[in-house]
Amino acid sequence: MTPHDDQMLLDTPFASRVQAACELREWESWKGYASPIAYEDVELEYFAVRNATGVFDLTPMTKYRISGPDAAAFLNRLLTRDVGRIRPGRVGYTVWCNDAGMVLDDGTLFHLSPGDYRLCAQERCLDWLLTSALGLDVTIADETAEVAALAVQGPTSCATLRAMGLDGLEALRPFGLRHYPFDGGELMVSRTGFTGDLGYEVWVAPAHAEALWDALFAAGRDHLIRPMGNAALELARIEAGFIQAGVDFVPAEQVVRHGRARSPFELGLDWLVDFDKGHFSGRSALLKERAQGSRFRFVRLDVEGNKPAAESFILNKRGKTVGHATSAAWCPSAKRNVALASLEMPWGRPEDELYAEIYFSRELRWTRVEARCRIIDGPIWDPPRRRQTPAPDY
Amino acid sequence: MTDAAYDALVVGAGHNGLACAAYLARSGRKVLVLEAGEQPGGLAATREFADGFRVSAAAHLLNMLSPELVKDLALERHGLAYAARNLKTVVLPGDGRQLVIDGDRLAGASASDQAAFAEFQRRMRRYAKVLNRFCARPFPRLTERRGRDNWLLAKLAWDVRTLGKADMRELLRIGAINIHDVVEEKFENPLLKAALSMDAVLGSHMGPRSPNTVYAYLHRHLNDAGAGSALVKGGMGALGAAFAAAAEASGAAIRYRQRVTRIDLADCRAAGVTLADGSAIAAPLVVSNADLKSTFRLVGPLNLDAGFVRRVHNFRARGVTAKLHLALDGLPEFPGLDPTDAGSRLLAAATMDGIEGAFNHAKYGECSPEPIMEISIPTVHDDSLAPPGKHVLSAVAQYAPYTLKAGWPAGREAFMRSCLGRLEAISPGIGERVIAAELLTPPDFEARFGVRGGHWHHGEIALDQALFTRPVPGANHYATPVPGLYLCGASTHPGGGLLGLAGRNSAKAILSGEDAS
Repeated sequence: MTPHDDQMLLDTPFASRVQAACELREWESWKGYASPIAYEDVELEYFAVRNATGVFDLTPMTKYRISGPDAAAFLNRLLTRDVGRIRPGRVGYTVWCNDAGMVLDDGTLFHLSPGDYRLCAQERCLDWLLTSALGLDVTIADETAEVAALAVQGPTSCATLRAMGLDGLEALRPFGLRHYPFDGGELMVSRTGFTGDLGYEVWVAPAHAEALWDALFAAGRDHLIRPMGNAALELARIEAGFIQAGVDFVPAEQVVRHGRARSPFELGLDWLVDFDKGHFSGRSALLKERAQGSRFRFVRLDVEGNKPAAESFILNKRGKTVGHATSAAWCPSAKRNVALASLEMPWGRPEDELYAEIYFSRELRWTRVEARCRIIDGPIWDPPRRRQTPAPDY
Repeated sequence: MTDAAYDALVVGAGHNGLACAAYLARSGRKVLVLEAGEQPGGLAATREFADGFRVSAAAHLLNMLSPELVKDLALERHGLAYAARNLKTVVLPGDGRQLVIDGDRLAGASASDQAAFAEFQRRMRRYAKVLNRFCARPFPRLTERRGRDNWLLAKLAWDVRTLGKADMRELLRIGAINIHDVVEEKFENPLLKAALSMDAVLGSHMGPRSPNTVYAYLHRHLNDAGAGSALVKGGMGALGAAFAAAAEASGAAIRYRQRVTRIDLADCRAAGVTLADGSAIAAPLVVSNADLKSTFRLVGPLNLDAGFVRRVHNFRARGVTAKLHLALDGLPEFPGLDPTDAGSRLLAAATMDGIEGAFNHAKYGECSPEPIMEISIPTVHDDSLAPPGKHVLSAVAQYAPYTLKAGWPAGREAFMRSCLGRLEAISPGIGERVIAAELLTPPDFEARFGVRGGHWHHGEIALDQALFTRPVPGANHYATPVPGLYLCGASTHPGGGLLGLAGRNSAKAILSGEDAS
């Protein structure tokens, strides 16, 4: 871990380049690191992701290196997915739960080489990892500060990276990993991201971070590359329908009030839970939940009109509150007003008539609308290029 | 699943495991008890430590065994006999003074102490009676709001309320505080205060000023109405044998030299056990008499939720109690002690500060240079334990922490010297009478009896590990997070001390179909 003795907010290894590019100088703290909300203009940055290439500094993402003889067994007991199915050189999206089957966090597991893993998480969870390691021969190291990373996302991302010299990258399948020599060191590329589009994440040692930024932006000039901040990423991830810890659910370790945590089923993540792989933390509780029914349903809503239903109550046709929106945005590419919402059971069935109670102000006049919501079944933004291999060239 | 030859396997033939086996067998289950050692009883054992000299290996005085259980299992018909009952307690500080406690009577204390002691005993007996009612059955669940649990909780509240205003207030005042403060305000005599403090700290990683030592005191006096401090004829192993005979008479089978190395699971349920020789025995129900930590090592952390493993890991079970055994060529003399009292329960302690000082060392991973001891010379009452004219001395000695900074091979010699030094002070010349000596340390208890941490009670008897939280949430109703696996040892409510109730309660919970909460 990097100490905070000298400065309140830490700099990532890309700081010199990020600070130079960040015209708006709007910063926020992301796990203790200074992270730009926007560089120049949120819309331009968002459209770079959808139409060209957006670059996002994701170094502050919490990263744990997990190795040792029991690493695979440890992870299989920690995560709800069958880790045995994530082969070396592959990445898997996953969640992990406490004993009560409540989600602690979601993240991605990188199987770097046989028995050697990296777990990327939104939250810090070293205590839970060490707890889960009791009695097992496994080494866990927080390598958040030791690995610098950029997300390179958008239709021209593959072309940009190839122009930077990453030959053959178009053959990399979604959730695959590749290594390239770079700047006298090594660079790892994964075909992963948080935008729901064609995109990559590039991982290097901090010493090569500035060289990576420079090479990337030089290669991407003709591909309309642009750095992007948290606001544009937030818009892209809502459009992709991805949930975020701390926003769409409260990580179970941080919950204070009874009943505020959510299970994977209550977040629509049933597909991540594998009851056939053997024991994992929360399994018994989740089996019970599966048998007895969940308390909540997580839905993606298409809200009438163009006013984002941020923090809105969701009402049934009688006007009774049956849930609330956790994230919402007008999504320019999908051309839909999307809200992610947590509803009390049994609400959220296809036949339910639901409304979002939206408040908005125009020149200091507040207006309230009840906008009809329709449940979106299936993806909101899912361009074919996201999955195509070889990755299309733009 | 149903073709198993046994309905239930009990891991360990300690007295609780045998009690549980007896009740399960009585209900018609086919029960097999698997014991790693060669004799029944677990820590209720008699051990020949020198040629012809035998002694109780761990606890040497029986003062808690449930009279109800003795009757119910017909333990006396199955061989339990007492060589002596209602032993006096004599405090010997080693400077010629002494205090004799004989029931409610004191010899060597002031009249005001005598009166205060009678009142103290009366109150403690009332409190123990209330507590006892809740130890004799599985503790009711607090959150499930089942009818019978609500009824039992209401009864507990009623029992406390009907103590009367004065006694109830006093219970609520002292129930969670330390024994030092309580006896300090009630008594003058330092020897009396030391004796009462010892009752609260024997077997525990606690000193007189540790919180909730009053609860530990009450736990020790749960069954004062029984035989008092008693010596079992033939040593404590005879108690184990009586339990074994009772279990077998009920229809349970017992196999010795069968070390269980794994509790087997099938589809995340208990399905049997694997033994050290690699053979497996299947059964739909496995009941573990082993301590909490050992039991879940047999299950393996990968088969359990991580939060539960953390609770098991944090269960406090660091033994501090050692056992000194001496073979003597004659009865030692204790200056000032009436020779007829040599077979009493002798306490080597002088003041509460002395006990606290002895405990301080244990906190920092050191043995006490001036140990406190509970001494018994059982051969005064039972000549079967030593050759004619010879004697054995058995002493429970504290504090000898399980995790010793200097390491146990080195610490053993030093602690033995400290104990012998303390003995020499209360019985000058005893050293010359010693034919053979043995010191069993907490690591020895772990190695010989399989108790992780070498804690005689399988874990501290303290309010955070007692009643409805014993041993840990998730395993506090004998059922565990692994369906089909139950606990029945001293790790469970109401805990250790040769009560036998944990085993019976466990059988009750199993037969009433309890599952983990």
